[in-house]
Amino acid sequence: MKGNKMKAHRRGTHRIRQLVVAGAAIVALAAVAACGGSKTDTSSGSATTGSSDAVDAALKAGGEITYWSWTPSAETQVKAFMAQYPNVKVNYVNAGTGNDHYTKLQNAIKAGSGAPDVAQVEYQALPQFALPGSLVDLNQYGFSQYESAYTASTWAAVHAGTGLYGLPQDSGPMALFYNKEVFDKYGIAVPKTWDEYVAAAKKLHAANPKAYITNDSGDAGFTTSMIWQAGGQPFKTDGKNISINLADDGSKKWTGTWNQLVEGGLVSNIPGWTDEWFKALGDGTIATLPTGAWMPGVMESSVKAGAGKWRVAPMPTYDGQPATAENGGSTESVLKQSKNPALAAAFVRWLNHDEGVKPFLASGGFPATTKDLKDTAFVDKASAYFGGQKVNQVLTGAADNVVKGWSYLPYELYANSIYGDTVGKAYQSKSDLNAGLKAWQDALVSYGNQQGFQVNG
Amino acid sequence: MSTLTSPLRPKRSKVLTGVMVLYLLYTILPLVWLLLSATKTQDDLLSSPGLWFGNSFAFFGNIKDTLTYNDGIFLRWLGNTVLYVVVGAGGATLLATAAGYGLAKYKFAGRRAVFAVLLGAVAVPGTALAVPTFLMFSNLGLTNTVWAIIIPSLVSPFGLYLMWVYATDAVPHELLEAARIDGAGEVRTFFTVALRLLAPGIVTTLLFAVVSTWNNYFLPLIMLSKPNLYPLTVGLTQWSNQATGVGARPIYNLVITGSLLTIVPLVIAFLLLQRFWQSGLSAGSVK
Repeated sequence: MKGNKMKAHRRGTHRIRQLVVAGAAIVALAAVAACGGSKTDTSSGSATTGSSDAVDAALKAGGEITYWSWTPSAETQVKAFMAQYPNVKVNYVNAGTGNDHYTKLQNAIKAGSGAPDVAQVEYQALPQFALPGSLVDLNQYGFSQYESAYTASTWAAVHAGTGLYGLPQDSGPMALFYNKEVFDKYGIAVPKTWDEYVAAAKKLHAANPKAYITNDSGDAGFTTSMIWQAGGQPFKTDGKNISINLADDGSKKWTGTWNQLVEGGLVSNIPGWTDEWFKALGDGTIATLPTGAWMPGVMESSVKAGAGKWRVAPMPTYDGQPATAENGGSTESVLKQSKNPALAAAFVRWLNHDEGVKPFLASGGFPATTKDLKDTAFVDKASAYFGGQKVNQVLTGAADNVVKGWSYLPYELYANSIYGDTVGKAYQSKSDLNAGLKAWQDALVSYGNQQGFQVNG
Repeated sequence: MSTLTSPLRPKRSKVLTGVMVLYLLYTILPLVWLLLSATKTQDDLLSSPGLWFGNSFAFFGNIKDTLTYNDGIFLRWLGNTVLYVVVGAGGATLLATAAGYGLAKYKFAGRRAVFAVLLGAVAVPGTALAVPTFLMFSNLGLTNTVWAIIIPSLVSPFGLYLMWVYATDAVPHELLEAARIDGAGEVRTFFTVALRLLAPGIVTTLLFAVVSTWNNYFLPLIMLSKPNLYPLTVGLTQWSNQATGVGARPIYNLVITGSLLTIVPLVIAFLLLQRFWQSGLSAGSVK
């Protein structure tokens, strides 16, 4: 009885709040219209179609939203947010990591109910949810004005077409993590180009057959990042038209290098993120990792045996000129199903633009915000794990050198899920990766056409 | 024939013994690995050989951590699993027994149609039905509730088929007729006469249902998004996935200890019900 009454009461106030929000939004819109949009026209972007006042009003009015995320800092962030805005209740749910999370999200979208108001979405998965119209375009809340607050690559990553579907949470510009102890032991210099990297791989494996330059058992995220770094743009999307070319110059450049490692048996086949992998990072079996800038946090908390041994260097490149790519990284998006999108947008803004960034950084995340990337306290912090090296100097440098123009497929999650059946075979048989990429491309073209896209490949 | 096969027999059994020993090792080794790994700390797991003890003996500490990590959510998951198994598998067995008996012992119109539907249902894997079931339950507003797991678990086409076949042989018509002549109603006959004769079959069906519900993964994975409704399978996977990607926090020691704790009730169930199960499997084989 009491519960019912309370529920009814809550529903009542909820409706009143909705009216207040709607009213506030109308007033705000009227105000904007009256003074020619001068109130919000501080942005340089032309896509500003709405107002951030609606977001502020929603935040003031309060309400209840649900948030799905697996970020380790999410719980702390939600608590801090509710402490700051006591009239907003955020139901934090860890619905699963990565694919489990997306499966549930996709099912809820298909079913028409059950989706959260705000969900964590990785950059690579964003087009898959944004293009079919499952996410709220945050341009309508004037979020385009925050462009200058983020690195160019992450700002591009939260866009699909002209739509803005989140604010960047973190970034993962790639760098070369290497085990200095192993390098010193075998007299290997830190490679600056990919040719030197291949030479280092040969030298290391010849000196110690148990040691490998790196591990790669066929990982779609790594492959796309590496093609990205090589300047390839295999996926291009323009509305319903997609072109796929996994044999463009960038892709060829990458396979030219990586084939030497795969065919020569110079990379370990230990799959990433397994207990064996964590072990191999600690005992020197895997000597380097070309990976995202978020790796230091992972190593410090999970590869204790490697403390003091590891260092960070810029990514090797093809021509010696600095160039890197993004690997990993997420944003938070507002779902179309949300009953209170303005409040959900306010939460997203707090998470990735306001105070929410601090708990994220404290948990070992690598920021996407230019302000934090320039903060001397962050940049010049010496890391004990990396033998006192100021790793963030290397990593923030990488954030400036991400190659422009990359985009993922609007069905990247599916693409990644079949990677093992196509390119993965090339890894298993230590054969030409180009043949694997061709098989991947063929499968992606036919899947895309089945899904109603016009795919050229 | 016999002169040809008999000299081969001792040779063949040697090979067979060898194969069985290999098979034994194959099945025992993962269990040994699991037991040994459960005694190690997270750091030790990564630095010591898989099939021997590490530097530490953290077995009891691991159990304590598993039970208390994240406000003791493991116990909650264990409770959920028990609930799904008791209500789901128990209900499935009850329904399969009653229906199987009915189909075996009563002649009525549409029996052949039921048989055809049943065979079809056995052929369709539960995983293939999970997404349509999700959409249906979502329309009913039942996703994210315990019913989303219990109701689909109540349907066990294989159990029904098993009980049907079993009841056909295990309950003689003459006995039922005798009971009817003595004046017992159909319900009373079922509970006092048939159930006892069906006991081995029931236990077999129950074991199958318990194992499949206990290990059920895909259905709860897509039906539930609230971690406090998860069964152990989905919960442990979530712990395991914590080791992946940006901000990874591996807790393999807890995943391993949790897995060990998860199989203990199943092992106990098998040991206790084994006797009935064996007699169930061989029933009707010599006739």
